[in-house]
Order: sequence, then structure tokens, then C-alpha cells
Amino acid sequence: MAGITQTIPSGALLPVQGVEEYPQDRHQTWRKFSRHRLALSGAIVLLLLVFGATAAPWLSHFDPNAIDTQWSGTPLAPGAFGHWIGTDEIGRDLYTRLLFGARISLTLAVFAVVIEVVLGTLIGAVAGYYGGKIDGALMRLTDTFLSIPLLPLLLVITGIVAASSSKAALNFASIVLIIGLLSWMNVARLVRGSFLSLREKEFCEAARAIGSNDSRIVIRHLLPNAVAPIVVQATLDVGNVILLESALSYLGFGIQPPTASWGSMLANAQENITIAPWAAIYPGLCIFITVLAVNYMGDGLRDALDPNVQ
Amino acid sequence: MSVLQEAPVTEPTTDLVAVQDLYKYFPIHAGLLSRHIGDVRAVDGVDFSIAAGETLGLVGESGSGKTTVGRLLLRLLPATSGAAYFEGQNILKMTRAQVRRLRKDIQIIFQDPYASLNPRMTVGDIIAEPLHIHKLARGKDVDAKVHDLLRTVGLSAYHANRYPHEFSGGQRQRIGVARALAVSPKFIVADEPVSALDVSIQAQVVNLLQDLQDQFGLTYLFIAHDLSVVRHISDRVAVMYVGKLMELADREELYRQPLHPYTQSLLSAIPIPDPRVEGRRERIILQGDIPSPVNPPSGCRFHTRCPIAFERCITEVPEFKSYDGHYVACHAVEQLGGKQPEIRPTTKARTVPVA
Repeated sequence: MAGITQTIPSGALLPVQGVEEYPQDRHQTWRKFSRHRLALSGAIVLLLLVFGATAAPWLSHFDPNAIDTQWSGTPLAPGAFGHWIGTDEIGRDLYTRLLFGARISLTLAVFAVVIEVVLGTLIGAVAGYYGGKIDGALMRLTDTFLSIPLLPLLLVITGIVAASSSKAALNFASIVLIIGLLSWMNVARLVRGSFLSLREKEFCEAARAIGSNDSRIVIRHLLPNAVAPIVVQATLDVGNVILLESALSYLGFGIQPPTASWGSMLANAQENITIAPWAAIYPGLCIFITVLAVNYMGDGLRDALDPNVQ
Repeated sequence: MSVLQEAPVTEPTTDLVAVQDLYKYFPIHAGLLSRHIGDVRAVDGVDFSIAAGETLGLVGESGSGKTTVGRLLLRLLPATSGAAYFEGQNILKMTRAQVRRLRKDIQIIFQDPYASLNPRMTVGDIIAEPLHIHKLARGKDVDAKVHDLLRTVGLSAYHANRYPHEFSGGQRQRIGVARALAVSPKFIVADEPVSALDVSIQAQVVNLLQDLQDQFGLTYLFIAHDLSVVRHISDRVAVMYVGKLMELADREELYRQPLHPYTQSLLSAIPIPDPRVEGRRERIILQGDIPSPVNPPSGCRFHTRCPIAFERCITEVPEFKSYDGHYVACHAVEQLGGKQPEIRPTTKARTVPVA
């Protein structure tokens, strides 16, 4: 008898009522992401960088801003006096400064990109969804912002901020804000473009037919379908922001000395590039690795978020 | 515009849906200053009514405006003028809040099951959305309802966790039906629900719609261009041509004795699945293409292609008149007092050698 009861699949032939339990694959996104090898390595590299930045004081016994007593006017070579990748042009330990510089460069990139993505998505979504005159007005605004050369404006504003206050935090915040507020245009254009095509899709009309209001259509139906270009643009801009900061630093308006940032380190190393290439190579490598890691991670994230990609 | 204001807000009627003199023009703008240079007359004065529990089939060629009629009834598009009553309330004059409530009573099934489901949402979320919006269920009840709906349309509860792309066209259309059913509507606009499906699947979905109608007492506006499908499901059939109704009659009556020359030619195009009969089938082949709704022909819209058109058809718009409940807009029919005008068939369908 036991054999018979086992051969009948439970409930297969009976009309079932109400809720049935099925394990929902809530970890599908993570599973897909972790199968994407490059993305996973990108994420691990970024985690290591974040760890290095956070644990900087414990990972090195040097002071990032202290000048080595052995310094004699030229950068110390890698390996000399315990500086295992050498020192910069005024004898500060390069490795320690890279760790502390990661704090500034990574936070700067994250905050500026978050501001840019939020602002760009908002403006692009409103323009693309409502279209018509609103779209026209917002896109002219976008064009106006695009026509502003970013660097001179940054120079002026950071110059004013630096002149009015010498607080490092204020200087940092102003750089984040200015970069964020002046680089949303690409995201806005991408989101607008996606929304213009998505709002004509039948599922958007279906959403309206079941009684969805505008905000529900935008948040639940349009935005998830426009996530791919946003992710790609955001990951590209992480690199741009870090490089922009280095350009600022090069011109002397970025993160103010003695605070370390990858950009400023790279900029300061230029004078001695022929006699001490290591001082430029290592910060450059850090920026390169970060940009690459973020791009790979963005790639994986985009695929993982798309249910159509297996 | 002006007519819309004159139309009363309520209308004492026994029909569930009543459409009166409905117009929808899409303006065409061109030039540097977006000058208004004309209109696409998608719906150009349409009248019909649907009784509760009835299925009205609406047929017409592409571009005849039949889909627009469906959209107007759900207020997915604003009408230019006219009136459309649902349970005596004028849909076209409803406030935002009323439209929201209307969408609990009127639902729509879309033509393309590949485009009408959000690819980023699970099937469960798609079907649960109307429940959330209209606050019809909460918490655990939502899952239970979604699972019930899936089973009602012939799918299984475990499908709730999957994404639309994992389903076939027929299954996707069932998902669309389940979403429409979620709010327990009274009236469903089925906008070519089977034309995007394989022929072998069409019958399944049509039968599902019929079963659901019996089960829940639904009323349908069934929009299609396939006359055989319409014949199968409809109680009455309306024929549309370039924004206007040409003929409206009971299904049997219309298929047995089509009065309008356009309907006659349409019906003569249905192939018969019997080679002996098919070989003898006589066809009325229309000349030319469907005219542009931007600049529709004068008088009767069909006169440019009508095999029996005469002077009056070019100058005078025929009235949409009832002959014992068989509505038709044709001067020839009017002159014959409601009899079918004789049209000589253009060709035999094919000469099939009968073995």
C-alpha cells in the first residue's frame, strides 16, 4: 500500500485551491552575477581597494604626510629604507599615500556618480515620459549644461571655495557637488531616449489600463527596463570622475595638499617622471585598475539584472 | 469637442455599453511652427451598443479604426467627440478618480503577447499588480489569488515565479488574460487577442475566452480581422471601414445574408476547408487599397472600391439604418428596402482539380 501512495504525485490530479508554496528564486540576480567571472573579479578587486582604504592606518606604519628623514631632494627608489614602492617627490611613502588616497578618490567617485545618476535619471525620466514641451525645455537645459566647459568652471568654483575657507572637508564636498551637478547630462539623455521608446510599448499601455498612475508606470515599468544604459554610463563615469579630479589637482585646484588623492599624486609625479617613474606609475595603475574593475562589475550587474539573459 | 460637452453625463439604457456618435481624430502637425494641417480620422462617427453578457465582434481591415474604438472605451485615448456609456455613465466625461474605478470594471486584452508583458517583472508580479492598485488583496491573499488566476487561465501556480520570456505566445496571452481577470471586470475589450498567435493556439485561447465568459458572465468587445474567429465567438458582428461602421447584425444573419457590398466581399474571401466546395467558391475581389483616413472618400467611404456604386454614393453619406435590427449604411440596400444587392463575383476562387 505504501508503494501505491508514493506513485501518486500529491495534488497533481486534484483541483488545488488557494496559495501554493514554491521556492522563489530570490537569489537569481546574485547567482547570475557570480557566474560572470570578470564581474566577480571586478567586485573582489573593488572590495580589496575599499578594504585597503578603510584599513589604511593598519596596513602601513608610515604616516602618509610625513617626509622621510633620509630624503635628500629626489624621490627615494622602491625598496629604499623600507619604502617598498618608493616615495614621492618630497619623500613621502608612496604605498601609504596610495592607501590614504584611495579614501579620497573612491568616495569622491561614488558620491559624484550617485549625484549624477540620480539627477540625470530624474531629468531624463520626466523629459522622456511626458515628452512634448516639457521634453523640449529639459533637453534645451541639458544642451546648455553640455555646452559649459566643465574644467574652467570647476577651476573658478573650487578657487572661490578654497579662497573663502581652508577646510579640507568643504573643499572635498564642493568638488563632489560640482562634478555631480555638471555631469548628469549623458545619463539624462540616455534615460530620456529609453523612456521615449519604452512609453510607446504595449506593456506601458497595459499598465495604464489596469489603473497604474504615472509614478507607478515610471518606477515599476519604465525604469527597470532602462537600467542597462544607466549602469554602463555610471561605471564609465566613475573613471571619468577620478581622472577629472586628477586634472584639477594637476592645476592645483583639486584636493589640497598635503591630503593624498590618486589624481594629485599622479599630477605631482609628472615633474620627475624621467628620474622617478614609479611615483606616476603606481597611482596611474590604481586608477586604471579601479576603472576596469568598475566597468566589469557594471557589465555583470547589467546582465544579472536582465531576466532575459540567462 | 462641442458634441462632447452637449452629451449627457448619464444615459438611461439597458445595455452595458452604448457608444453614440463617437469620433477620434488624431491631428497632424507639420512645418516649423507645427501647423495643424489635417487629421487622421481614425473613428469617424460610430454607434453601437453591447448588452450584458453579449459578445460583439468588431471586424475591419488594418487602419479601419477598430483598435482605436477599444482604446477609447478604456479612456486610454481621449475621444474627440461623442459619447460612450458604461452602465449608463459617460466614460468620456469621467474624472480621473472615476476612470481609475472604471478600470476595475473594464479591462483589455492586448494583441501582441510579446509586447504587452513587462519583461522585467515576474508573471506573479504582473498579475498581482492590479490587485495592489485596486487594493483587492493583501499579503498572503495576493499569492493565493494570483495562483487561482493562473489556474483559471490554464496555467500552473508555479509559473508565478517565472518571467514572460520563458513562455510561448499562447501562454503569454493566457497571462494577459489572467491580468485582465484579476480585477473581476464586467466588460473586456479583446483587441485582436489571437491574431499574433499560431493558428493551432488560436482556438485554445478563443475557447478559454468563451469558458471565462460563461464562468464569470463577461461581456466582450472582440476586435479582430479574422472573420472565422469572429463568427465563432460573437453574438453580433459589426463591420468597420475607414472609421465608420458599415454593417451590424446578429452573427447568423450577417454571415447568412450580408447586405453591405463590403461585407459581401469580405465574406467571399473566407476559404472553405473542403476542396470540392472551395473550388466552386465565388469571390468578389475589390479593386485598389483601403483609402487613407486622412482624406476619406466623399459620400459613402466605400464608393471608390464598391462594384455597384452609383451617383448618389459619391455625393451623399448613407445613413446607418436598421432593417429589423440589421443595421447597414448603404444606398443600394436602402433602395432595395433592406434586401441584399446582387453583386457579380469577380472570379472563382481557384480551380482545384477534384480527385
